[in-house]
Amino acid sequence: MPDSTMVGLHREEEHHPELLHHFAEAQQQRDAASLGMWVFLATEVMFFGGLFCAYLVYRRWYFGDFAAASKSIDATLGATNTAVLICSSLTVVLAVWAAQTARRTLLIAMLGITMILGLAFLGIKGVEYKDKFEEHHVPGASFRFENVPIPGHPGQFANPRHAQIFFSLYFVMTGLHALHMIIGLGIFLWLLIMAWKGRFTPEWHTPVEIGGLYWHFVDIVWIYLFPLLYLIDRHP
Amino acid sequence: MSEHSSTSASAKSSPLKMYFGIWAALLVGTFVTYKAAFIELGRFNAAVALGIATIKATLVALFFMHVWQASEKLTKLVVIAAVFFLLLLLGLTMSDYATRLWS
Repeated sequence: MPDSTMVGLHREEEHHPELLHHFAEAQQQRDAASLGMWVFLATEVMFFGGLFCAYLVYRRWYFGDFAAASKSIDATLGATNTAVLICSSLTVVLAVWAAQTARRTLLIAMLGITMILGLAFLGIKGVEYKDKFEEHHVPGASFRFENVPIPGHPGQFANPRHAQIFFSLYFVMTGLHALHMIIGLGIFLWLLIMAWKGRFTPEWHTPVEIGGLYWHFVDIVWIYLFPLLYLIDRHP
Repeated sequence: MSEHSSTSASAKSSPLKMYFGIWAALLVGTFVTYKAAFIELGRFNAAVALGIATIKATLVALFFMHVWQASEKLTKLVVIAAVFFLLLLLGLTMSDYATRLWS
């Protein structure tokens, strides 16, 4: 082994241009970036966690009203969107793998397909929101939820005020999730441009990895939103 | 040094099979969740839905986000801390609401 000053000189001259000087080696820099993303995601868990907590409290209090309101949303659209996001998570891991193995064309293709799937998700979400607007299920002055039967309780109708709480939570939670999707699309557009320019190599593709972590996290949030908002009490 | 150089592609066996397997499992989980919601299971409907969601989320975190193998212990600690504090928030709040009489 050469002595440490030699190693230092060697690194100064030959290290990867993306390796910053305060990191000893590329692996350490990658781990630091990944850890930073995970800490951010931990704050996101608490951010969405507060909303999930509010949802659970009100769902316990107003279960029948929540079930009736949940039943008015198109569960097939929700299930389709879940499948779309799961497919996009697959294309994201394939993109990371393509970057690791220096497959530029595959990387560009996978980033592009991920964005198309993300846009498809938002489009389906838009159809769903349009239905809710037309049915006057958006909380506010024109909210209507009269004479909607409570599932499993013949002759009982949902309290519109309680149903409105469900739809407030529905729009805030799916809306914040959609905002995360839009931000994710921005990140992936940037990744796509970088990949197009050939910036990513097997040695340095950290943005693909941590951008992927973000995308998968947004997928996980949806994995919980789907059964909680769409499938409260569906059986006849 | 040898463990660091193993990040190069040739040293690793291809994970593609595993990625497609996880993807298929997630799609099956989504289908089962959707179908089970229309079957009368009483109070177990919610348990089945949330159970499958948790399995799916765990699969994504462990294998798509590489918590299982590639990440450092520190990363695992952050993941466990996030889940722990989420469960603390939900568990303590719901234990209060579930055991108190609100009139």
